Amino acid sequence: MSMNEFYTLNVNGQSMQVQDSWVGESLLYVLRERLGLPGSKGACEQGECGSCTVLLDGQAVCSCLVMAATAVDSTIVTVEGLDAHGAELTDVQDAFVQQGAVQCGFCTPGLIVAIHHLLDENPQPSELEVKEAISGNICRCTGYGRIFAAVEQAVAVRKASHTS
Amino acid sequence: MSTTKVEQRERDILGVSAIRPDGAAKVTGDFSFTSDMNAENMLWGATLRSPHPYARIVSIDTSRALALPGVHCVITADDVPGKPTYGLISSDQPVFARDYVRYMGEPVAALAADHPETCRRALALIDIEYEVLKPLTNAEDAIAGSFPPIHPDGNIIRHQRIVRGDQSATGPIIVEGEYEIGMQDQAFLGLEAALAIPDSHGKGVELHVATQWLHEDLGQISACLDLPPQNVRLILGGVGGAFGAREDISLQVHCCLLALKAGRPIKMQYGREESFFGHVHRHPAKIFMRHYAQSDGRIIKIEARFVFDGGAYTSTSPAVLINGITHTQGPYKCDNATVDGWAIRTNNPPCGAMRGFGVVQACFAHESQMDKIATAAGLSAVDVRLINAMETGDTLITGQAMESIAPVARCIIETDHIPLPAPLAANAHELLLPGGSGLTASASHIVRGVGWGVSMKNLMYSEGFDDFATARCSIKEGVVYLKFATSEVGQGFVTLAPQIARSVLGLDDVVVEPIDTQIGSAGSTSASRQTWMSGGAVDGACRLVREQIFQHVGKQNNIDPLRLVIEGTDIIDQIGTFRIAVREAIDGLSISETFEHHHKPTEELDENGQGNCHTAFAFVAHRAVVDVDPELGLVKVVQIATAQDVGRVLNPLSALGQIEGGIAQGLGLAVMEEIVIQDGKVRNPSFTDYLLPTTLDAPDVVAKMIEEYEPQAPLGAKGIGEPPCISVTPAIVAAIRDAIAKDLHRIPVRPQDICL
Amino acid sequence: MIVAKNLEAALFALREHDDARVIQGGTDLMVEINFNHLKPTTMVSLRHIPELRTITRPDSNTISIGSGVPYSQLEIEPVASVLPALAQASRTVGSPQIRAAGSLGGNLGTCSPAGDTLPVMFALDANIHLQSADSQRTVSIHQFMTGVKRNVKRQDEIITAVDFPIIDGWQGYSKVGVRNAMVISVASACLVADHESGDVRLALGSVGPTIIRCRETEQWLKDNTSLTRNSVISPDIAREFGARASRECSPIDDHRSTAQYRRHAISILAARLLQKAYA
Repeated sequence: MSMNEFYTLNVNGQSMQVQDSWVGESLLYVLRERLGLPGSKGACEQGECGSCTVLLDGQAVCSCLVMAATAVDSTIVTVEGLDAHGAELTDVQDAFVQQGAVQCGFCTPGLIVAIHHLLDENPQPSELEVKEAISGNICRCTGYGRIFAAVEQAVAVRKASHTS
Repeated sequence: MSTTKVEQRERDILGVSAIRPDGAAKVTGDFSFTSDMNAENMLWGATLRSPHPYARIVSIDTSRALALPGVHCVITADDVPGKPTYGLISSDQPVFARDYVRYMGEPVAALAADHPETCRRALALIDIEYEVLKPLTNAEDAIAGSFPPIHPDGNIIRHQRIVRGDQSATGPIIVEGEYEIGMQDQAFLGLEAALAIPDSHGKGVELHVATQWLHEDLGQISACLDLPPQNVRLILGGVGGAFGAREDISLQVHCCLLALKAGRPIKMQYGREESFFGHVHRHPAKIFMRHYAQSDGRIIKIEARFVFDGGAYTSTSPAVLINGITHTQGPYKCDNATVDGWAIRTNNPPCGAMRGFGVVQACFAHESQMDKIATAAGLSAVDVRLINAMETGDTLITGQAMESIAPVARCIIETDHIPLPAPLAANAHELLLPGGSGLTASASHIVRGVGWGVSMKNLMYSEGFDDFATARCSIKEGVVYLKFATSEVGQGFVTLAPQIARSVLGLDDVVVEPIDTQIGSAGSTSASRQTWMSGGAVDGACRLVREQIFQHVGKQNNIDPLRLVIEGTDIIDQIGTFRIAVREAIDGLSISETFEHHHKPTEELDENGQGNCHTAFAFVAHRAVVDVDPELGLVKVVQIATAQDVGRVLNPLSALGQIEGGIAQGLGLAVMEEIVIQDGKVRNPSFTDYLLPTTLDAPDVVAKMIEEYEPQAPLGAKGIGEPPCISVTPAIVAAIRDAIAKDLHRIPVRPQDICL
Repeated sequence: MIVAKNLEAALFALREHDDARVIQGGTDLMVEINFNHLKPTTMVSLRHIPELRTITRPDSNTISIGSGVPYSQLEIEPVASVLPALAQASRTVGSPQIRAAGSLGGNLGTCSPAGDTLPVMFALDANIHLQSADSQRTVSIHQFMTGVKRNVKRQDEIITAVDFPIIDGWQGYSKVGVRNAMVISVASACLVADHESGDVRLALGSVGPTIIRCRETEQWLKDNTSLTRNSVISPDIAREFGARASRECSPIDDHRSTAQYRRHAISILAARLLQKAYA
């Protein structure tokens, strides 16, 4: 097994070097174990849970299924890189905390990224649009009720900040 | 979508929706789950598992693996210095298989290497010669004694009967059924993980681990390591859900052994496939039930036979069995019963704790039976349950008196009052139909059904076990520090404990200290018990501190301390006019008190299954509305209405989260979740094939909490974790039956069960 | 890792390294690696090749979709109104995250009988463009897929695009899974009603070693009806059509379902699709 991959990734606005790595490493592994960004979580290794969701060139994807060395020349944003515009938490993050959408919290970072992606593309999603957009994010604790409530709050907050 | 809004909170005391103290860290990715931990000079650990359900190990040769560059050590059964086995109730599970492997996935060896991929490649280089044996996969073969013992302890894990009342009693209505429950997985998202750091002298180890019960782990681990317990320090790593699957040991001993052998920190982390083999599951069960009832639907007698397939090792099977059979009657009055219960050892995957713990299985059977009685008696699903509803003071089939508050009728009535959802619109969006974006149906193909489930669940441990909880409360410089070993697995005890302290002490700055074994046991985060038990311990410790504050204030102000009470954040004299802010009153005070909360003692069952074996009970009713595509057998659960007996609501938002989450798990068991086993082999160990409910499967949940203060509970609150997932499953199945007018006696209900 | 910036570079790399494999979105291949089934050696990344991510109209009757266009682009315009069945099938692929990364090239490269878009290609008689450093060829989908996870693509070839005919008619896709989202198909079907020719074409997924094109059922329908744009399908015809389709498939029992259920599901899906086509 050769550990001979060297490449540079653009993560959260920073250029990061990956050295002496194995070609089969996923972006999730590289983020967590090589680049000190453990916010993205791994729970299935096959794109069936969404816990590892990151933005790759603006698209929400499962980082467990991105071969890390192919992500060169791309823009990667992880949960650690979401812009809270100077606040402690983003509107989506704050809504999750306030609405009880967090229990064990393992699915949370992936959901936060997926919902940011949704609301950035579609600030006023319908109930079904929300459900479909996060249908790839499994939560085992909440039964999703409080997560829907959190999205609702985030949508309302964005709407209010737009009109004000 | 829900419109629940969070109320404005002045103080995060009991009764308000305090938010999680770890919430901000969890939404930003800063929260450290066990799998996020690393250590300097760390190696990765990995486990080699048996591909066979049953085989004799002829030889193990690790030399090729050891020779692979990057591999540091390989360990097998020969490397276990202490007790070669572990187990929660019976120590019958080997740390590593020595002579025989008894289930597919049983650990045989482990190794440490510099990279997870090196580990994977090295595992493939461990040469094991197996003599493959015919597995015992049918529990009935074990009961019949027709299969040679697959373990020195034999093939019967436990047999228990319940015999009560008039054995010849009969009645005009006789209904019976044979029910089957498939194997469900807890499927927590945060996979098993641990980080073991050896002491420099090699005679101790620090283990960061995601577990439900630190002290129980500690005892089992130190025995296997042959180290004194004080040399093994367990620290709770961030836990990504549990649901029962972290009650048993998984990688704990392996990780410590590797760390001690390599002399370096070891991180172990299961992948999803390995996780399916690495923890116990919910017991599959077969249950026969026959009810005799009066013509008006009143239950006269129940006959039942339970067979729980425990898999290869004991785990908690004996307790699951007792829970199952002692809940045969469900939340209904019953004077006469004959129950025969078996927990069996087979070469199937080991089964143990999962949310609902034996009662899920019993409930599916008794609720299916209730509907059959209703049909025979000409009653509605609601009326048959109301006419039989249990009340406080009733005697259970174990002879135990129901001493808990038992608002069964109220749960049913309040659930019945929740409005039904609007009928399916002819132009309903495709995502609302069974089949969803698969576009398999239009609204005209769909039939709606409504069904009911009601359940009773014991709280805390049973059969004489004293599962006490310990907590310490300290105040220093105006800040309250709480210390306990209560595993926070997501349920929110770290939110509740400070709420208790604020309410008792009138102080708002509360810090939860690290959760580890540097204090007495808290018992397990299971059995819906931590609010009652650890909540009671925190409450007790805080009250002891409050007593000392009152003594101090009384002395300083010449007031009888018995006259002092906390009002908000003040101490006031109930009789006079004295008032002082608690913060001010404790200036310079430093107090620390530890409290153990014990529940009332329970007893073992006698040979007739008689005895006060349970501590307390909670109740819940569920009504399910489903849309079914009868031709394709696809189901969409539309709405779950529920009223749950909670005693007292301590945190409305947390309580709602438990209810909604439990319902989703019960829905999963009803219509999709099953570990498929064939000849002892797991066929679907992945999230591609073990399906969990998604956002588009989640029903609307309308929940009411029935608050009737439980005097036996230290905070008046009952455990709420398990009930939501128990009777929702039979309610959904009943709704499907209602839609298609067909008997269904197996869960999960598969499409072919509906349409073929 | 060879990150190719254009098709030529990728093809060259494949020719130079006979152990080389291509990776586009990675949603199939990385599962193989993560689950220890595949040990990658030389990898050629196609992610940054613009030619593979284009949608073109080579002529008025054809739409050509680059093998690397993600499914999320196929669910929407301009594809959705031209190839509604492809849009419907794409919407059922995995999760939104998978659909943002995965593409037709992956469905074709993997060639699983459960590949969601493959029945659409079979029902529409799609053509697959294969290119190597030295040659290029176009293969009908019917010749392309040869078995479970088997196809005629050579190691040195890249699937560059899929050509779909644009038909005047109706097309639809249905997929049965035991969950309302993110599910592998237990049985799927694509039906195309070509109003110009009056032909109805039906292809089935997950019910045989390859996608199954129901030629006998199609012929039976042709022989027993004369369909025009405004025809209405009687329940009897629909039922018989479904029954005949289910006899043409050869499903198996596995951990996802049973052969019996799959057969039954096909009979329902095919009947419903036919009625929908002429509703």
